[in-house]
This record gives sequence, C-alpha cells and structure tokens, in this order.
Amino acid sequence: MSQTVLESGDTADTVVSSGKYLTAYRYMLRARLLDDKFAALYRAGKIHGGVFLGRGQEALSVAIGLALKKTDVFAPLIRDAAGRLAFGETVADAARTYLGSSLGPMRGRDGNVHRGRPRDGLLPMISHLGAMISVVNGILFARRLKGISGTVGAVALGEGATSTGAFHEALNQAAVEKLPLVLVVANNQFAYSTPNDRQFACADLADKAAGYGVESHSVDGTDLTACLQTLEAAVARARAGHGPQLVVAQLLRLCGHGEHDDAGYITPQLKNSALGRDCLKLAEDFLVGKKWADTAQLAVWRSETIREIDDAVAPVQREPAPDPFTEEWQALSTKHLNEIRPDDFEI
Amino acid sequence: MSITYLDAIREAQAHALRDDPRVFIYGQDVAAFGGAFKATKNLAVEFPGRVIDAPISEDAIIGMAVGAAIEGLRPIIEMQFADFSTVGFNQIVNQAATLFWRTNVPCPITVRLPFGGTSGGGPFHSQSIEAIYAHYPGLVVLTPATVEDAYSMLIEAVAIDDPVIFCEHKFLYRHLKAEKLPSEALPIGKARIAREGRDLTIVAYSAMVHDALEAATELATEGWQVEVVDLRSIKPLDTDTIIASVARTGRLLCVGEAFPWGGVTAEVIARVSSEGFGLLDVPPQRLNAKDTPIPYHPNLWLAHRPTPQTVAAAARNLLRQ
Repeated sequence: MSQTVLESGDTADTVVSSGKYLTAYRYMLRARLLDDKFAALYRAGKIHGGVFLGRGQEALSVAIGLALKKTDVFAPLIRDAAGRLAFGETVADAARTYLGSSLGPMRGRDGNVHRGRPRDGLLPMISHLGAMISVVNGILFARRLKGISGTVGAVALGEGATSTGAFHEALNQAAVEKLPLVLVVANNQFAYSTPNDRQFACADLADKAAGYGVESHSVDGTDLTACLQTLEAAVARARAGHGPQLVVAQLLRLCGHGEHDDAGYITPQLKNSALGRDCLKLAEDFLVGKKWADTAQLAVWRSETIREIDDAVAPVQREPAPDPFTEEWQALSTKHLNEIRPDDFEI
Repeated sequence: MSITYLDAIREAQAHALRDDPRVFIYGQDVAAFGGAFKATKNLAVEFPGRVIDAPISEDAIIGMAVGAAIEGLRPIIEMQFADFSTVGFNQIVNQAATLFWRTNVPCPITVRLPFGGTSGGGPFHSQSIEAIYAHYPGLVVLTPATVEDAYSMLIEAVAIDDPVIFCEHKFLYRHLKAEKLPSEALPIGKARIAREGRDLTIVAYSAMVHDALEAATELATEGWQVEVVDLRSIKPLDTDTIIASVARTGRLLCVGEAFPWGGVTAEVIARVSSEGFGLLDVPPQRLNAKDTPIPYHPNLWLAHRPTPQTVAAAARNLLRQ
C-alpha cells in the first residue's frame, strides 16, 4: 500500500499553477458566499427545513470537484457547495432546491443538500451516511461492463460515515472489484456533536485503507495547495487503474452541523488550533503573499460574487412553488402500476 | 418434459440475459456455483462476465444495482434468502424506491427474494417479508404462485422500469412442476381466479394459493364451492378482482404465510371492508402465521403457519355463519 502525506509547507506550491489556484479560490469564495446567502434566507424564514454549510471545508471540497472530469461521477455530502460548483452544478440548482422551486432538479420533492442530476454524474445524496458509495460503485461497475474506461467516481464523507456498515461494505466491494473510486473523508472532528474519541479508536482513519487493501492519502484540509495536489494525485491513481483511493483530510467544521446548531460543543482551544484555521482566509493570505492578487482585488472579487449570487437567487425566489393539486402523486415510472386508491380522489 | 418453478426462474433469467444486453446478475454465489438454490446454474458459462459473485454485503449489493440502473443497465439481484434482504433494506426502500420520484431517473432493478418457509429453515431462513416492501412507495412486489407465473412475471419484472421485489417461494422451487413454459400470461397487476366457486372467496398468494386450493378441494367434498383468488402481485394489489369475487360469494377469508400484524391479509380485508362492505354477508377473516419467530422443528413449524387443514377450518367457520 502506498501512502502519501502532503501538508502545509511542502513543495506543493511549486506544482499548483497560479491559474489553477485562482480558479479553486474563486469556487471556494462562491461556495462560502452562497452558503452565507442560504444562511441569511434561513434566518429570514425563507427556507423550509435545515441549512447545512461547508464553512471550513471549501478547500477540500473544491479540490474534489476540480480533480474530476465532467464525465466522472461525484456523490457530494452536505458540506460540498464548493465541490459541486467546481464539478458543474449551477447556483440556480442549489437555490431552487433550497427554496423548493418546481423548476429545480428536485421540484420541491426533496430539498436543501439532497440535490443532483444522476444522469450528469452528480448524485443526490440520501440522508443515510455511507449509502452513496455503493451507488457510485454501481455506476463505475456498469461503465466497465459497457466497455467505457477512464471514469472516476468520487464520494465525499465525514469521519462519522466511516462508522457505518454501508461504508465498510461499499469500500470492500470497491476493493474487490478494483473500481476507480476516490473516497474523501473530511475529518472535521465532530459528527453532529459526537467527537472523534466516541466515533473511532484507530490512530488515523487513513490506517483503515490497509485493511481493505486500498491506497490512502492524508492531507491538511485547511491548505488549498495540499488539497489540490492530493486530490489530483488520488484521482489520477484511480484513473490509472490502481483501485480505490481513501483520502483523509484533517480540518474543523467552522459552523454548526446545520444552521440550527450553535456548535457549543466545539471548544475555543480547538477553534484556535491549527485545525481551526479558515481555509478561505489562508488561501487569500497565500494569494496576497504570492502577489497573485492584492487585497483590493480580493475585495472586488468578493463584491462581484455577492452580486452574482444575488442575481441568481432573486429570480428563483419568484419561481412557482410545487402545486399539490397538479403534482403527479406517483412513485413508479410505470404509470399503470401505480395504485390509485379512493383516498386519492378526496380534496 | 417437466419444468419446475426453479427451472422457470432460471429460464426467465436466461431469457432476459439473451434478450437484453443491459441485463446482468449480481449476488452471492451466483456465478460458478450457480446460486445457493441453483437458480443461476450454468448462466455464468452461458453469459460470460454477466453473472457476477458479490461479497456478503447486502447493502452494497443493492447500492451497486441502483448505480448500474442509473447508468442504464438492468441488474437482477439474487438475495440468497429473503431474510438477508433486511441488511440491504435501507438501499431498497430509501435509495431504489425514492430515486424516480426524487430525480425522474427510473430505477429498473429486480431483487429476487427466495422466501417462505421450508421445514427445518428456522427463524432466519424462512421469512415472508413481502409486506414490509409493499409498505414503501416506489416498489413493485410480486409473489408468483405457479411455474408459469414464475417465468412470465420474472421476465416482465426485468423489463419494468421500476424496482421490483420478486418473492419466489423456496418450497415451490422443486415442488411445483409444469409441462412447458407459457407463451402468454396475465400482465403484472392482475390477480387470477385459481378456482371458481360461489360460497366463499379465499384470497391467497404464493405457496398459500396451493394450501387454499387443497382446502377448497376438501371443502368440495362437504358440498361447499370455494373460489380461490391468486393475487400474483401484492403491489399493485388487484382490488377489483378481489371485490368482484366477494360480490359473487359474500364471504372472504384471506390467507398469508407472513406474520399476522398488518401485512397483505390486513390490507385486503381493509380494502374489501371499506370498498365492498355491503357485499359481505359475514365479517371477513384472515389467517396468518403465528406472532412468534419461525420455529425450526417440523412439529412447531407446521403449527406456526397456515396449512390446508387450518385454512379449511377457518373457511368452515365462515361458511357456517
């Protein structure tokens, strides 16, 4: 088993071009500001149900999205606004799902982070953690059966998902079939409120890879350069036929589990530790340090992005909501097999 | 030539593999070994690369099927025993069953569940869990009772663009025989009148159809003409055929091998009571297994589930009212 470790201060910055870094930064910024927008709409009572932010996880997430091709497969989790945008999801799809627009991909039938376009390789997560891994396995497996090569499938998880049976079954399955799967675990130290010492007992989650016979990569999830390098390497290894890759990133969730959660269980010591650094701020410092941008440019980008998001979200707020009277209340695609019960006629 | 229920299932899969390059089979021991019951015997040789052994990971097996379906293939999954499908329950009811409704992308997977009791099977190799799948929106649940239906309904199941839970009864595997495979069949969603009668309707499905028919034969010697309805499909449930039968007989007994709380028999009685109450001359009754895990020893096992004798006894109670 090979194991790569990239951390802040490695020579990685010589490898990632300014163009790529800037592209990644712009997606991170857009994701952060889009999250802020959804949080504001939530506080204004405009969003039904929960809002889940990726604050502090943008560097890792964007690196997944940028390492993939458009023909690849991506199953994001709840903190992957950056990876989704980089993979090609539109702000409109995100806004329409959060706001329940009937014009969105989920048409008000599912909401918030449960969105995607399966036929475009972007899978809509179900809430059961680890459950998307084997679905991605199935797409990769099917492509192999169809004689299509070169596809990679990436699945985003938190450290909590590594405790599930679904994670074990699917990672083992991918290893048995030697599928080009990249499992990215964002170890953000808490699964909702449960700290790592109540979640797992191994020294490092990356150690689990050896048990499955797969390769692993560890990365500092606050360091954009390291994330870009690591994900690019992992995706390339998977694409080259080296089987599943387990990527484990260390970082801290800089928000609650959802916007309903004040995250009072995260101690100030942890927040002030290296893990608690904000990847977006570090990326901005890096850009300025490299003279790839100055603070005035950063301010322009930020205000431009805010306007761009406002322009994309505002029309969605005026879009039609789903209508229970015109809704097709049919769960089967085969129309004549849907049961029509007498209750269905009552209004 | 004589064809068993098990042969019919094998032949239906061979037909599907031959007919449609998108079909493949995935499950434990299905490839070289030919399946725990030999339902996929020699298919791996006949269709190289399309009959694939899976690790003992029911959750990942179903998840894999859903992914392959998204990619346009039509997987047939063999669960070694229906009982073990509970490990893959989450992927069936939350992933496969919700996919079309959430995303407009159909999920054409067929999950074969060898189910039902055989003597000596015990608590974990005997269960009838069709009702828990029928409870969830987004699934089609089939329970063929004949060799002909095992063949034609499995072929149709694979062609359906939705997830199908195909409950094949283990006792019927080698017990039932037919002369030839059918060339035509009732469509899925239609029940079948297995025996005509005018005094009582017994609604049954899968192996219990045969227990009901045996009871009907016994009751005929006592002068009763019992009609037996074979549901074939429990979801969708052919309420029209059931109610039409009750309109003829005025009496209803519903028989199921599953546990008694809720389930198919309760659903049938609820529908007839709410939609055909006026057709009933006496209160409808249901007969199920006992409300305990399924016992191992044949003495206990035979007492746990309905038999032709207990079906006949329950029918007599209704007929004498």
